Amino acid sequence: MKKQQKSRKEELKMSNNLQTFTKGLLKENPTLVLLLGCCPTLATTTSAINGMSMGLATTFVLVLSNIFISLLKNFIPDKVRIPCFIVVIASFVTVVQLVMQAYVPSIYETLGLFIPLIVVNCIVLGRAEAFASKNPVWPSLLDGLGMGLGFTCSLTVLGCIREFLGNGSIFNLAIMPETAKILVFILPPGAFIVLGFVIAIVNNLKKSK
Amino acid sequence: MKYLIIILSTILVNNVIFSQFLGICPFLGTSKKTSTALGMGAAVIFVLTLSTLVTWLVNQYILLPLGLEFLQTIAFILIIAALVQMVEIILKKISPSLYTALGVFLPLITTNCAVLGVSLTVVTKEFNYGGVAHMLSLGESVVYAAGIACGFALALIIFAGVREHIELMEVPEGMKGTPIALITAGILALAFMGFTGIV
Repeated sequence: MKKQQKSRKEELKMSNNLQTFTKGLLKENPTLVLLLGCCPTLATTTSAINGMSMGLATTFVLVLSNIFISLLKNFIPDKVRIPCFIVVIASFVTVVQLVMQAYVPSIYETLGLFIPLIVVNCIVLGRAEAFASKNPVWPSLLDGLGMGLGFTCSLTVLGCIREFLGNGSIFNLAIMPETAKILVFILPPGAFIVLGFVIAIVNNLKKSK
Repeated sequence: MKYLIIILSTILVNNVIFSQFLGICPFLGTSKKTSTALGMGAAVIFVLTLSTLVTWLVNQYILLPLGLEFLQTIAFILIIAALVQMVEIILKKISPSLYTALGVFLPLITTNCAVLGVSLTVVTKEFNYGGVAHMLSLGESVVYAAGIACGFALALIIFAGVREHIELMEVPEGMKGTPIALITAGILALAFMGFTGIV
């Protein structure tokens, strides 16, 4: 009897952890549902690869900052918690910045300013404040990973759409003939318009459910 | 003449929102009413110019001599956060009327990526205003920051005006809210592309 109860408790915990992980992917997708982190979303989705690398860089910072803030939550005084979070996040961003500069300089060049700007990405600070500062390490890690991958997925999808329409290719693989390119989708106006339509589609899907 | 080129280029040609994608969150968040847009625009002009001035000085006289350029991101975000807090306290004491007008927007500005973005741009990127590629001097940096902030305010106010009209239109169900706002911004960005090449 007791054993059964224990296993049920564990099962519940497992499903909770799974939920923590998957909610970032779909139900609370940071870009398409919560509308957080609009600047990198619009600026770096000129191609699928750029979008994906931006997403992965953000995921890395999100996971590490969530882990550390969750570990440090008992030592940080409540009144100065936001500046402390920002320092932790900024340190990891600097790490990412230096690593990318050393190993993938071409991607670092294209993403440029938006790597250091992960510091002010509302998703990272938002998860630190809303989740990691109140939960133990393991769920915080899963939450960061889920949210980060959700962000990466939507950035990659947007990147694919824009690259396909504007350059006739996906992940640098030419699909359409030269003449069928609509350049404006790689330029700034295309970013706004594509994101607008994708959010409209997501809204409609949510309603019809 | 050089300063005029910087101002024209930052406000119209390289508009911070429509071509650089900095500060989109406050752009979408505070553009529902023209009065809110005016307040936010004024607050951004004030803080962005001031913070660029301070971060430029800190970079030039503290970080560079000590060889600590890699700390730019951390140092700048802390300076901006502290500065915004200080401006809020000083305004509350000196000019309560200005504080009530800008007060709500000030805390939001810390996480406005345009502020950190511009501070980092002016100390890391070379520009060729006036023919030769060079790092910006203090005066040029401040004018650059002020121009960017004015471009932000201009975009925000135009967009708020358009959005007030959209409120009265019949928009398809799924398009209501953010999607139609984003598509409007896209069309505005197309219009701003017309300025390409004037400087």
